[in-house]
Amino acid sequence: MRHSRSYMIAIHVAAVVMAVVILLPFAWLVISSVSPATDLVSSHVHWWPAHPTLSRYKAVFSSSVGGGDNVAANFRLAMVNSLIVAGATTAISLTVGALGGYSFARLRFRLRRTSLFTFLAVYMLPPIALVIPLYLALANLHLLDSKIGLILTYCSIVTPFCLWTMSNYYLSLPPDLEDAARVDGCSRLGALVRVVLPLAAPGLLTTAMFGFLLAWDEFLFALIFTSTSNAKTIPVAIAEFTGKYSSDFGLIAAGGVLAAVPPVILALLFQRFIVGGLTSGAVKG
Amino acid sequence: MSLSETSQRLEVVGTGPTRRVVLTVGGGLGLAAFLAACGVSGGGGTSGGAGSGKGTIRALVMKQAGYSEADIRKMTGSFQAANPDIKVTLDFVAYEALHDKTVAAAPAGTYDVVLIDVIWPAEFGTKKIIADVSSKWPASWKEQMLGGAIATPQYQSHFYGVPWILDTKYLFFNAAHLAKAKVDASQLDTWDGVLKAARALKTNGVTKYPLVWSWQQAEALICDYATLLGAFGGTFLDGSGKPAFQNGGGVQALEFMHQSITDGLTNPTSTQSLEEDVRRVFSAGQASMAMNWTYMFGMANDPKESQVSGHVEVLQTPSGPGGRPGVNGSMALALSAESKNQDAAWKYITYLTGQPVQNKFALSSLPVWKSSYDDPEVVKTNPAVVKQAKKQLADLILRPQVKNYNAISQVLQTEIQNALLGKKPAQQALNDAADKTAPLLAT
Amino acid sequence: MSATGVATAPRKKRGRRASGGKGEARFAFLLLLPAALVVFGVVLYPVARTFVISLFAVDSPLPGSYAFVGLSNYTRVFHDPAFYSVLGNTLYFTLVSTGAELALGIAVALLLNAPLRARWFWRSLVVLPWALPTIVNGALWRWIYNGQYGALNGLLGALHVSSTPVQWLGSPFLALNMVIFADVWKNTSIVVFFILAGLQTIPADLYESARIDGASAWAAFWRLTLPLLAPSIAVVLVLRTIEAFKVFDIIYVMTGGGPASGTQTVAFYTYLQAFSNQLFGYGAALAYLIVLAVFGLAMVYLRMLRQGQMAGVE
Repeated sequence: MRHSRSYMIAIHVAAVVMAVVILLPFAWLVISSVSPATDLVSSHVHWWPAHPTLSRYKAVFSSSVGGGDNVAANFRLAMVNSLIVAGATTAISLTVGALGGYSFARLRFRLRRTSLFTFLAVYMLPPIALVIPLYLALANLHLLDSKIGLILTYCSIVTPFCLWTMSNYYLSLPPDLEDAARVDGCSRLGALVRVVLPLAAPGLLTTAMFGFLLAWDEFLFALIFTSTSNAKTIPVAIAEFTGKYSSDFGLIAAGGVLAAVPPVILALLFQRFIVGGLTSGAVKG
Repeated sequence: MSLSETSQRLEVVGTGPTRRVVLTVGGGLGLAAFLAACGVSGGGGTSGGAGSGKGTIRALVMKQAGYSEADIRKMTGSFQAANPDIKVTLDFVAYEALHDKTVAAAPAGTYDVVLIDVIWPAEFGTKKIIADVSSKWPASWKEQMLGGAIATPQYQSHFYGVPWILDTKYLFFNAAHLAKAKVDASQLDTWDGVLKAARALKTNGVTKYPLVWSWQQAEALICDYATLLGAFGGTFLDGSGKPAFQNGGGVQALEFMHQSITDGLTNPTSTQSLEEDVRRVFSAGQASMAMNWTYMFGMANDPKESQVSGHVEVLQTPSGPGGRPGVNGSMALALSAESKNQDAAWKYITYLTGQPVQNKFALSSLPVWKSSYDDPEVVKTNPAVVKQAKKQLADLILRPQVKNYNAISQVLQTEIQNALLGKKPAQQALNDAADKTAPLLAT
Repeated sequence: MSATGVATAPRKKRGRRASGGKGEARFAFLLLLPAALVVFGVVLYPVARTFVISLFAVDSPLPGSYAFVGLSNYTRVFHDPAFYSVLGNTLYFTLVSTGAELALGIAVALLLNAPLRARWFWRSLVVLPWALPTIVNGALWRWIYNGQYGALNGLLGALHVSSTPVQWLGSPFLALNMVIFADVWKNTSIVVFFILAGLQTIPADLYESARIDGASAWAAFWRLTLPLLAPSIAVVLVLRTIEAFKVFDIIYVMTGGGPASGTQTVAFYTYLQAFSNQLFGYGAALAYLIVLAVFGLAMVYLRMLRQGQMAGVE
């Protein structure tokens, strides 16, 4: 399909504008992370520091842990914790959500509407309402300050989200293919696994990305339920960079840059599956 | 609808797994509701106990506050060495999380010792989150501790903890700036003098906004307001516990604050600044005078953190017509009411707050004991600050010690901000605050 | 797949597959069981307990004897004057942020679907704001908006647009808008991805036939793309509305609810009541009212976008 020259120019200009809007704040984040503390508080804005320093990044990767004043080293542990917690949460929630979402989309059963609403209502509840009873429950199970405790908690929030988005995504797919598979003798489960799920890959990946983010970002529960670097996640570690009595935005910026790396890598790896021709051929008819 | 379709519908509905689902879900909900209701309409109650004086205790303390994490671990190490059958686990959290974690952990009894702010004894004490330790307080402490320290863990003349970190706000100034504007430091002894100095600094072009404060909508705002309220002779509450800040000194204090903004003497970013922002602006040489906690002295004189190092000096809170009380921003160690090991926890608390330990770590945080301030070892750690602290810490003003202080503080924060941002005149803002807080105070 | 009649086609097909019956319900039960275990295994007790608490005058986290007050915690909300400005802030926040995210999200998604050179590069960029933790995002924008040495004032000064620094977070309404901007900057990415995924379900040949029929690009967008995106838009609207009503972290970090409570939204207000003021009964009532409100809004969206079949309302 040929496009006019002015169309091509227009979309590339738009793309550049978009890039600028996205990159400017990000650039400031990176610049701040390598600016010495005195530069950050100087009277006029230094667009680039006279003496850029990688000391904050070095501190995160090289210093030894154990002796908690070392916020930078604890950040390293927090990153590992966050990866494990968010990864496990996403894996579990996506699996159960992809399965359950199918039943909301394609199957008829009593209480379908009620159960969907109930799951969604759990997701709508502000986390603050559940903090104390959850804390008690986790304390009784000896799961405080543990990654498993956080994973369990986050799954209960992320699963309803996955159910909702996946069921909507299934609805947007045509039923023809799975019907054809069933007519060919495939069982319901087989049709689901072999026909529907591959088709739903873009929806699955998008849901996974957003679900991962929900767990990666979560602050309140992590703050209250964790106490040591056994389970402290990135948001908690970063919040501890700022104290009532000391704060270095450069350190927060460095933490932010590092914290953004794993999600970016994951997104780049899976991006191809969200877009890029997987579905454009199959859904004819 | 055809007959076959109808019968198929009935089939889906009537029997089998859906009925089972209904029953299990219903049963589960019922059980959950029953459990949830337990302990709300009756029963429950504290289950704390003295314990054997041995075992493991868990303490909730603050990160990067006065004492560093390393300091506290050292103190705990020597305590454990002296008390081999008590083991202490420490949890460090940011200040903002301290209150919320204490509340969340209360029913679970996770902590035996918690660090509390001066504004929490009323709230935590009445809700039985921390224990009344009045009976454990030796009479000698009441003579040997500074007055401001003794007031910190008190509520209605009961003690709910032991003071540990003593702090108030001092006036820091940039001596080089003052020299340039030919202002003598002695002028800064009164608030009038401070304003005059600020005008001189501004007209001489030394700093555009000589003063910077922490007036963001947060507790920090009330700390500054309390200082000025005291200086103008106002009070938060009257004798019968009703609002009194809308009369006299309280109004003058707010008008002073607002005027300094409209006169261009106070940096307009002050209304979005916290203590750290004040330190940064001052350390960048963009303010000549600022009120802040003890910690700022070290950092503002540190060449790695500040562009004005070497020029920073500290003075007592300036005086106004009503005096010169400093705001009490101290913290105390409290015993958790749910703790099953209160004897061991109390031993730990008395050790940490004891004079030897406090003197040893005086560089990080000044001791609560009067005699420490005459001890040359203590004075050596921070001579400039100790000199002022000796005078200031004996004269501190408290924010209202009532059980719903946080709710009252929130109202005051909003209304004071309204006045500072010019949305309401000071008197009206405080009148509105008084109207809104009166019912809260009455409960 | 037929481009028209999306709402009606599946219904007919349901009838055709009605031979499922009992097996269908059993299959549904099995598919939902894991999800139910994961969700309700953890939160059933807390959700129930919080609801029960909302019916009592609970002012302490400890179990004890509290007075049963029925629904008066709920009605108290409506007599709380502070609540109305909080509600106003929340509705404004939700409307503006969700609207902006949707508009920008669709625009960017269309852009990323267009024949750009080095498309992978532009698509990768969109991932960046999503990847930044909200806590850092809040701190970053607070830093950028700083009235003393913020980059925004620096930029405006360097471009000679304005020489006096603006107090971006210094007045209530302006601060609310600046917080919204920071939130939109981060969250538009995820909307882009949802819409992009939805765009993949629209076959390219539809556009071909529209072009052949002489439709302009705008008409193609308005009458072809948008209706076909309705399912994705509905999902995004519901999700972003839920998130807007729950928004807490960014306000906690950027403004703490100020100035003059101008950025306090319902979730933040609930936090203040439930935790700072230890009014747990009242806070629980507020939380459940939020659920009701969001629910109502979600139903409205779904009706409007004729996605009612998803919620079973048509």
